[in-house]
Amino acid sequence: MTAHPAPPQAAARGMGAALRQDSALKHATGEARFLDDLPEPPGLLHAALALSPVAHGRLAPLDPAPALALPGIVAVLRPGDIPGRNDIASAGSNEPLLAEGMVEHAGQPLAIVVGMTRDAALAGAAALRPEIAPLPAILSLEEAIAREAWVMPPQEIRRGDAAAALAAAPHRLAGEFRAGGQEHFYLEGQIALALPGEDGEMTIHSSTQHPTEVQHIAARVLGCPFSRVTAVTRRMGGGFGGKESNASWVAAAAALAARHTGRPVKLRLSRKADMAATGKRHPFLYRWQAGFDGTGRILALDATLAADAGHSLDLTAGVVFRAITHALGCCDVPDVALRALACRTNTVSHTAFRGFGGPQGALLIEDVVHRVAGALGQPPEAVRARNFAGGENGAETPYGQALEGALIRRVWAEAQRDADWSARRREIAAFNAAHPTLRRGLGSMVLAFGISFGQMHMNQAGALVHVYTDGSIRLNHGGTEMGQGLFIKVAQVVASVFGVDVDRIALSATSTAEVPNTSPTAASTGSDLNGWAAHAAASAIRGRMAAVAAAEWGVPAEEIAFAEGQVTAGGNRAMEFGELARLAYMQRVSLSATGFYRTPDIHWDRAAMRGEPFFYFSYGAAAVEVAVDLLTGEHRCLAAHLVQDCGRSLNPAVDLGQVEGAFVQGLGWLTCEELWWDAEGRLRTLGPSTYKIPGSRDVPPVLRVRLLEGAPARSETIFRSKAVGEPPLLLATAVWNALKDAIGTDRLDAPATPERVLMAIRGG
Amino acid sequence: MSDRIGFLLNGAPVSLPAGTSPTMTLLDWLRGPAGLTGTKEGCAEGDCGACTVVLEAADGGRAPINACLAMLGQMHGRAIRTVEGLRGEEGGPHPVQRRLAEADATQCGFCTPGIVMAAWAQAREGGDPHEALAGNLCRCTGYRPILDALAAMQDDRAPPPVLPVAGTACFTAEGQVFHHPASLAELLRLRAAHPAALLLAGGTDLGLLASEHRQRPAAVIALDAVPELQACTGDAAGLSIGAALPYGRLLPWLDGGLAPFAALLRRLGSRQIRSLGTLGGNLGTASPIGDALPVLLALGAGLRIASARGERACAVEEFLTGYRRTTLAPDEVILAIRLPRPAAGEILVCEKLSKRHDQDIAAVSGAFLLRVEAGRVAAARLAFGGMGPMAARARAAEAALTGAPLARPAFEAAAAALAQDVAPLSDWRGSAAYRLAAAQGLLRRLHWRIARPDLPLEVHAL
Ligand SMILES: Cc1cc2nc3c(=O)[nH]c(=O)nc-3n(C[C@H](O)[C@H](O)[C@H](O)COP(=O)(O)OP(=O)(O)OC[C@H]3O[C@@H](n4cnc5c(N)ncnc54)[C@H](O)[C@@H]3O)c2cc1C
Ligand code: FES
Ligand code: FES
Repeated sequence: MTAHPAPPQAAARGMGAALRQDSALKHATGEARFLDDLPEPPGLLHAALALSPVAHGRLAPLDPAPALALPGIVAVLRPGDIPGRNDIASAGSNEPLLAEGMVEHAGQPLAIVVGMTRDAALAGAAALRPEIAPLPAILSLEEAIAREAWVMPPQEIRRGDAAAALAAAPHRLAGEFRAGGQEHFYLEGQIALALPGEDGEMTIHSSTQHPTEVQHIAARVLGCPFSRVTAVTRRMGGGFGGKESNASWVAAAAALAARHTGRPVKLRLSRKADMAATGKRHPFLYRWQAGFDGTGRILALDATLAADAGHSLDLTAGVVFRAITHALGCCDVPDVALRALACRTNTVSHTAFRGFGGPQGALLIEDVVHRVAGALGQPPEAVRARNFAGGENGAETPYGQALEGALIRRVWAEAQRDADWSARRREIAAFNAAHPTLRRGLGSMVLAFGISFGQMHMNQAGALVHVYTDGSIRLNHGGTEMGQGLFIKVAQVVASVFGVDVDRIALSATSTAEVPNTSPTAASTGSDLNGWAAHAAASAIRGRMAAVAAAEWGVPAEEIAFAEGQVTAGGNRAMEFGELARLAYMQRVSLSATGFYRTPDIHWDRAAMRGEPFFYFSYGAAAVEVAVDLLTGEHRCLAAHLVQDCGRSLNPAVDLGQVEGAFVQGLGWLTCEELWWDAEGRLRTLGPSTYKIPGSRDVPPVLRVRLLEGAPARSETIFRSKAVGEPPLLLATAVWNALKDAIGTDRLDAPATPERVLMAIRGG
Repeated sequence: MSDRIGFLLNGAPVSLPAGTSPTMTLLDWLRGPAGLTGTKEGCAEGDCGACTVVLEAADGGRAPINACLAMLGQMHGRAIRTVEGLRGEEGGPHPVQRRLAEADATQCGFCTPGIVMAAWAQAREGGDPHEALAGNLCRCTGYRPILDALAAMQDDRAPPPVLPVAGTACFTAEGQVFHHPASLAELLRLRAAHPAALLLAGGTDLGLLASEHRQRPAAVIALDAVPELQACTGDAAGLSIGAALPYGRLLPWLDGGLAPFAALLRRLGSRQIRSLGTLGGNLGTASPIGDALPVLLALGAGLRIASARGERACAVEEFLTGYRRTTLAPDEVILAIRLPRPAAGEILVCEKLSKRHDQDIAAVSGAFLLRVEAGRVAAARLAFGGMGPMAARARAAEAALTGAPLARPAFEAAAAALAQDVAPLSDWRGSAAYRLAAAQGLLRRLHWRIARPDLPLEVHAL
């Protein structure tokens, strides 16, 4: 059991205020600098990657001559040019930076071409003629399963005896379906700028969610101690998980080129190269058998969730862990056997994407509920509610952590009420009866999403706070800003500790030189972890400052209060915050502190696949309406009512934006974003012209989002808030459900493009 | 004759140094030599809108464009405004910028400068806000706050620029020549002399060479300064549309019976694409999925084609000969499109099916012209795109409809006959089976459009 600081006063200034993203106005004026906007250092060179056109094959040593013959080419770097290890794996150790001997997927980097200009480097990379003798490639999940090609051993969570319970159940059904992957499509592509310094130092500006991993992997590739490499990130133009592990190898490639040439090197991937060479959300294939009774109670479930990991492990362990821990959603099933397969295919290595396997996991139970409901002639909502965890059913997940049944029922009741569900049902039935070619449908979703990193050690964070003698404050922490509003939220925490306005807090770029050994900003943990760490640092300084004030005024330190830029004691003593900072300095009291935090109370037994791996769960519910054209498969989401539990929101404006953005991203994953690989295993949807993320018209005209009120977190989260980055993405599952409702189909694979919908209507 | 590329940038005249590559993209120039990094690159293929800047017209009009697709030579004589050139009173943020920031319409902020520029144009131009945003992707916000901000914006009433007079010009750089003729005679002379040069209309297809593929074309002839190619005239029978008139300026002409064509063109690309893209370019590319082509076929449109040898007329149907193949000779230029209006008693229906409603290439498109007399289909012209190597009429389906009573069986027969007319491909936009099924669905929908004009028949009409 870990001790942790007491939660601060709820009424603290700055907390819970709907403050704007810290850079909002600078974004709008164009002054906010993204990495590619930084003034270019003198002598800058540019790098480009040569990528494999073949999915699997034997690679002959690459001849650099065709590139070197072109003007402006400085170097062509191949595996032999790597001074350290040719290994960029974030977990395990099986992923080269540059293919050596063997090519494992189309789009795999083969060489780094360095040029005087970006165009020269790109032309050089295009001129290379890799010789690859093709080998048979595994390009489908079915094939990987048949050949038992895994990147890690299958995982299994069991409770009770699923086989026996299936056999004993009054009714049985089996199902199979699939969900596609998803490209992150961060608007700012992958980019890094490496600056060589003295004594083998390397400073890397990287658009990354994980500066520490950039540092580690660059150091591994360069063959130098971590202490020689500094990774810096001010802001990203979007990340969504795509800049968790993938940013690291891009940065390592830039660092390698900088080390080799002794000059600064920038590597900015073109959109095409980015989409070809970086991993995506894992596609899944599901096969299940369920047993249930006439009331819709699901008694037994035996299911296999097969994830397409691509050619290497990357973060797949965490993704399949989250998929099977979320495969029952908010439901309870007494006897279960859930297997997760991490399939090895000759595809780019799939990676983190907002939800990290959770959204894929949750589709399983939703499909089962839909089919059971269909078999019994009940609405899916009734079947889901019949199986809600808690209440009359068990509250514990099969791996042994309790869900909060009351919250599950509450979010669903509120979403249903907001949507005026029964009235909509009647209206829709009337519309459908009268219209010759259009069908409307209703769908819902109730989610329970566990918050914490699946890797226990990652649940830690550090922060560094300085107070200067004029009372201004500088804040640094291990979290990165990618638009999710983390910087402003953590600044609000620090401002509240010091009782000052948030404007007094200077935010600074995340840097491994300021706060070391950090975790990625991911798994929705950014504000929890970094908020607490910053809170600890600020509290330490405040404690010292309070002691100074107490001594000055001759009062007990407990009487010192920090509020509204003032430090006070009782009713009659007051001093400006800056005045006290000066006083502390004159008395030689340190005004700088680091803060550290680790999430308490979580544990996981890998062998037994049991434990309480999540600090807490976040809940949410959605009720949506769609319309489908039976003649063409065209469809549209007409209305969405969302209720999301954010605990006591740290910043409602930021949280609302996260809920809406995640919902629309989930809508894209499930309806229009289709990754299309050709028969040779080459991804052919390599840009926004062919890969379609939602546009403004795809957002339902009625979009009502509510943060659940009066629902402070039970766990000791920062200010009793709850994480909000990922969970609401699962709310979009309601759209998939609504489409099935509208067309009355058993099976609808995702993404439910107009084509899949039309083919489902026609029974194809 | 001018040999320097000149334009107004944020109100100030700029003359580019001699030797500047005329095919460098405006985006590369802004972010590089001009040091204006507010305009972003998100895709370099015209689809994300992060690079949006606005062309200000002498009449006060504001046309957003993709700076990633526009070549510098094409910008000669124009007035360009970038996000840095938008300022409010006393040099502070412009109200459009303030409003987006205050509406929480930015998260990561990478899309924001482009959205600011699209919004600034929209504040003057008005119209459907989704149309205004179709060319701007945002991956973070889910758009709701952007739409809210847009709804609350007002035109700043900033005065129009005074554009420099751009006569015939020619820009050269190492290994490159870019002709910018200002008269038809000059254009035809240049075309005859340089049959291998690229003819550049809006550049929304050709721009990809410079932007995405990083090429430096050796010779270009730009069409945008030739007055004859920019003109549009109309009478009761139809329109004569200059081949290089951008879609954005063509749209107001498409009224009455041609309104369905206008509605279709509002889904061609985005406003950014329509600010520069042209019908001449759609014909010149002759892609099987060019949105305008089925409509031109269904309406029986004709072309005026000119060369130094003289002028000829050609029906669009004869002009298109195969996959990206036409009868255009190397020395010829499309002058104008003659677009007949549907006659009284004729109904024009234009359809486009794509994964996303806006800013997407069609998987299947269709244009149908029916003449209905006394409860029968007196004549039918049905044309499809995406169903074979080129946009083409569906003769068997037409035959099944022609003369039949205006009832469901006739359209079912046409749908069945369609299978003989088409040979669709399978690719990322759709499988062959889906394309056929969906095209047949469009014929069934055509029946309902005529039988039940009172009903909404598209999900977007709900
Ligand atoms: C993001 C994006 C979205 C798009 N969306 C769509 C869409 O939804 N639907 C669609 O149909 N198209 C779409 N396009 C393609 C393109 O915008 C259209 O085909 C457009 O009509 C091209 O016109 P342009 O003037 O820009 O052509 P250009 O690029 O200037 O030229 C295209 C070709 O036509 C030739 N040409 C142009 N004018 C003439 C002339 N007068 N005489 C002879 N030859 C000529 C050129 O030499 C060239 O070969 C899209 C393109 C982009 C980049
Ligand atoms: S950079 Fe994406 S449209 Fe120009
Ligand atoms: S705010 Fe990130 S893409 Fe729009």
